[in-house]
Amino acid sequence: MTTWPILSVTTFLPLVGALIVYLSRGDDEAAKRNSRWIALWTTLITFAVSVILVMRFDPSNPDFQFVEKANWLATGITYHMGVDGISLPLVILTTAVMPFCIIASWKAITNRVREYMMAFLILETLMIGTFSALDLVLFYLFFEGGLIPMFLIIGVWGGPRRVYASFKFFLYTLLGSVLMLLAIMALYWNGGTTDIPTLMHTAVPRNLQTWAWLAFFASFAVKMPMWPVHTWLPDAHVEAPTAGSVVLAAILLKMGGYGFLRFSLPMFPLASHDFAPLIFTLSAIAIIYTSLVALMQEDMKKLIAYSSVAHMGFVTMGIFAGTMQGVAGGVFQMISHGIVSGALFLCVGVVYDRLHTREIAAYGGLVNRMPLYAMTFMVFTMANVGLPGTSGFVGEFMTLLGTFKVSIPTAFFATFGVILSAAYALWLYRKVVFGALVKPSLASMKDLTFRECLTLFPMIALTILFGVYPKPVLDMSAASVQQLVNNYNTAVTAVKAAALLH
Amino acid sequence: MSFETAGYQLAPVLPEIVLAIGAMALLMLGAYRGQGTTSAVTSLAVVLLVVVGVLEYMLPAGKQVTFGGSFIVDDFARFMKILALIGSAVTLVLSTEFLSDPSRRIFEYAILVLLSTLGMMVLISAGDLISLYLGLELMSLALYVVAASNRDNAKSTEAGLKYFVLGALSSGMLLYGASLIYGFTGTVSFTGIAAAATVSNVGLLFGLVFLLVGLCFKVSAVPFHMWTPDVYEGAPTPVTAFFASAPKVAALAVFTRVTLTAFPGIVSQWQQILVFVSIASMALGSFAAIGQTNIKRLMAYSSIGHMGFALVGLASGTVEGAQGVLMYIVIYVAMTLGSFSIILAMRRNGQAVEQISDFAGLSRTNPLLAFMFAMLLFSLAGIPPLAGFFAKWYVFVAAIKANLFTLAVVGVLTSVVGCYYYLSIVKTMYFDEPAGQVDPVRIEVRTVLAVAGLFNILFALFAGPVVSVASAAAKSLF
Repeated sequence: MTTWPILSVTTFLPLVGALIVYLSRGDDEAAKRNSRWIALWTTLITFAVSVILVMRFDPSNPDFQFVEKANWLATGITYHMGVDGISLPLVILTTAVMPFCIIASWKAITNRVREYMMAFLILETLMIGTFSALDLVLFYLFFEGGLIPMFLIIGVWGGPRRVYASFKFFLYTLLGSVLMLLAIMALYWNGGTTDIPTLMHTAVPRNLQTWAWLAFFASFAVKMPMWPVHTWLPDAHVEAPTAGSVVLAAILLKMGGYGFLRFSLPMFPLASHDFAPLIFTLSAIAIIYTSLVALMQEDMKKLIAYSSVAHMGFVTMGIFAGTMQGVAGGVFQMISHGIVSGALFLCVGVVYDRLHTREIAAYGGLVNRMPLYAMTFMVFTMANVGLPGTSGFVGEFMTLLGTFKVSIPTAFFATFGVILSAAYALWLYRKVVFGALVKPSLASMKDLTFRECLTLFPMIALTILFGVYPKPVLDMSAASVQQLVNNYNTAVTAVKAAALLH
Repeated sequence: MSFETAGYQLAPVLPEIVLAIGAMALLMLGAYRGQGTTSAVTSLAVVLLVVVGVLEYMLPAGKQVTFGGSFIVDDFARFMKILALIGSAVTLVLSTEFLSDPSRRIFEYAILVLLSTLGMMVLISAGDLISLYLGLELMSLALYVVAASNRDNAKSTEAGLKYFVLGALSSGMLLYGASLIYGFTGTVSFTGIAAAATVSNVGLLFGLVFLLVGLCFKVSAVPFHMWTPDVYEGAPTPVTAFFASAPKVAALAVFTRVTLTAFPGIVSQWQQILVFVSIASMALGSFAAIGQTNIKRLMAYSSIGHMGFALVGLASGTVEGAQGVLMYIVIYVAMTLGSFSIILAMRRNGQAVEQISDFAGLSRTNPLLAFMFAMLLFSLAGIPPLAGFFAKWYVFVAAIKANLFTLAVVGVLTSVVGCYYYLSIVKTMYFDEPAGQVDPVRIEVRTVLAVAGLFNILFALFAGPVVSVASAAAKSLF
């Protein structure tokens, strides 16, 4: 079908761009301008190439497509890439969000622009690689490698407590992941390979399933992040530069959910079934607890960060419900949250660039000076709440629907999250946008510039499009999700039947 | 091994003979022409090491045994010897700056490095306890002198003396262990010991413990690590680079060979010792390094930790474990030489600076240097996709296969702790305000840094061939 390794090209194009940025020379201002443009063009071309992926993708085929395989390390560890209906939407999300990140950093980043752009481009390669790797070692390489650029992004271009936040982010995530690494090794000896498609069809002994599931859970729960290991996220979000927060919320958090879908459910179905109550409990707590915490925040970014944890609770809940609606809803919620939370952080960035504070109390009455901004912010606030007609609604509704079939108490408590999210999101919106414009510092606020419109308006379009017509995403993932759910249920029922026979 | 089959051919020993004769010739050159020949002797010594390395590479494949079984040349020995030769040659290159100072024109330095390397080669090929001890002593005696080579510096002299006293003690223990083993098995050859070793032979086990103590000292594993920070800090930086690379290769090689070929029947006996030693080394290496302010002391603790990780592979006692040790040591040598070339490059106004705070803001004053060091540090921390990750992968994968789960879990957790202090240096370089300009870096240091750094960053691309060579070398032990 394909004559050129289109997936590898998508993955490594940003890396090539980073090299070009490195090689670009010139005096100070010219160098900055050049690196911005090179980075923008690289991300745009990468996006264009990833669109070819979508066009050539066969949604009716549940298996991996665009598969590439090459020898790498000896015996069973190969360079194996490919995407299916679960990973492709996330790849597209990554390539689509990155140009916005570059544009959002256009004026906000003025020191060490070259390094900044290189870090983002390298990060893009690692993120795309994470979603398209079909070998566990390769996956781990991309998954953990992403820590390095993100650590530097938070630490070099971050806020006042950036050192603390970057260390916490790095060490927290690493701690979870090293345990997963050991589980990967155990799987390697169990199956003789780290090839993901092969391992999906390799029987894993019950005992190993339990341990390996816990080890993978340690990694993905931190990455997701799930309550109670979410505490790194608000710190990282608050200190990161705007584009860093966008990448973090839109893409890095999705790696956890992706990991659950790609590894936990297909490879350890029995352990997943055993631990589903644990996940349900943690998800329900996350949804209610972090929503309540969000109500108390005084920092805009922190509030959105806590709301992200709550929304990720819906994803984990949906995934481990193991039903068609739940899993498909989880995938959709990840995409939707990627757009909406990314856009919300951009919205915060807009006012932060003007006033250099994220204190909610410092704002108020912005609608009087910034009508366009007020409108944009409203759309994303509503999407965050899960208003019907926005993409946020579809994901939450589907995950709740899928969970109701399996665990009514979980779904019952999770539904409170919808109400609470309305409370904190509307409260934030009212404090920042409505009211009289009395603070003198706000008197000279300018409305959205053309550049900011360029980043925010496409996201509005997507939020509403997927809200009223979610079919493109759902169709893309349907076949793969169906196969995943079928395999999962077959494995679980087989064990139940065997248990009945005894 | 009987007299007839083993024979006494000289062909397998050719590289060692060339190295010995070459070292003597250079000694004569220096002795008759005086200290003015220092740079010539050093350059010729590097050439000699390269020639020996090529000879070693060109030796016929397969296992050859000579001197009645005392000297073994197999894939494993070749692999380790070439690595040790690379380590010695590179550190000699890095020493150029140190030796160019008029007060330190000492041609003996290169000769001592050559003789020490000769000791390492004998050590790596040792097939019995006698040649093991001969090689070890030749290596160590030269090292003691090299440590004190900055004669006018009190710290350097102290380092030399400390190393000598403790080294002599450990040699004594090793010798005591060797004599016990000989006494209870009646043989000094590894194959003979392997045949005679049983769990019920308590005297032999005592000997084994003493032998391992001596070896642990040489690889600076906890609890025999005390000398390392002081010697690393006190010795001149190129010497520290040397200590951290080539002798570690040789010591780890002989450690691997002795445990796997002389005591394969009683794995469970030495396995518990190694598990303890590696856990203790990894933990101490990670926690003790956090408080350090001197970069060389920090590298000392880091090397203690890394030896702990390498011993994780050995503790599994399998062919995968041996392969893990080989992978680990290759990557460790590359990372160490790269890191030390950075430390050598850090000079302000002609003075070497060694405090971690001196690295502040390096990313702005010298971005390339900072980037390379950051990559090396992430690699030392074991973060993919850098080389250090693959090193850890191969030792832990062996430990998992051998069901050493506690060891593996403790190991990866300490690696997270260790990550903290590597990150702190990255933080100093990238997040802090600059502490001042760095002098231009000398060409030889830059070259070493470029090679080591690229090896480190691009390792994932050519990992396959390295893995297969290491795998073949590991198999030759079994």
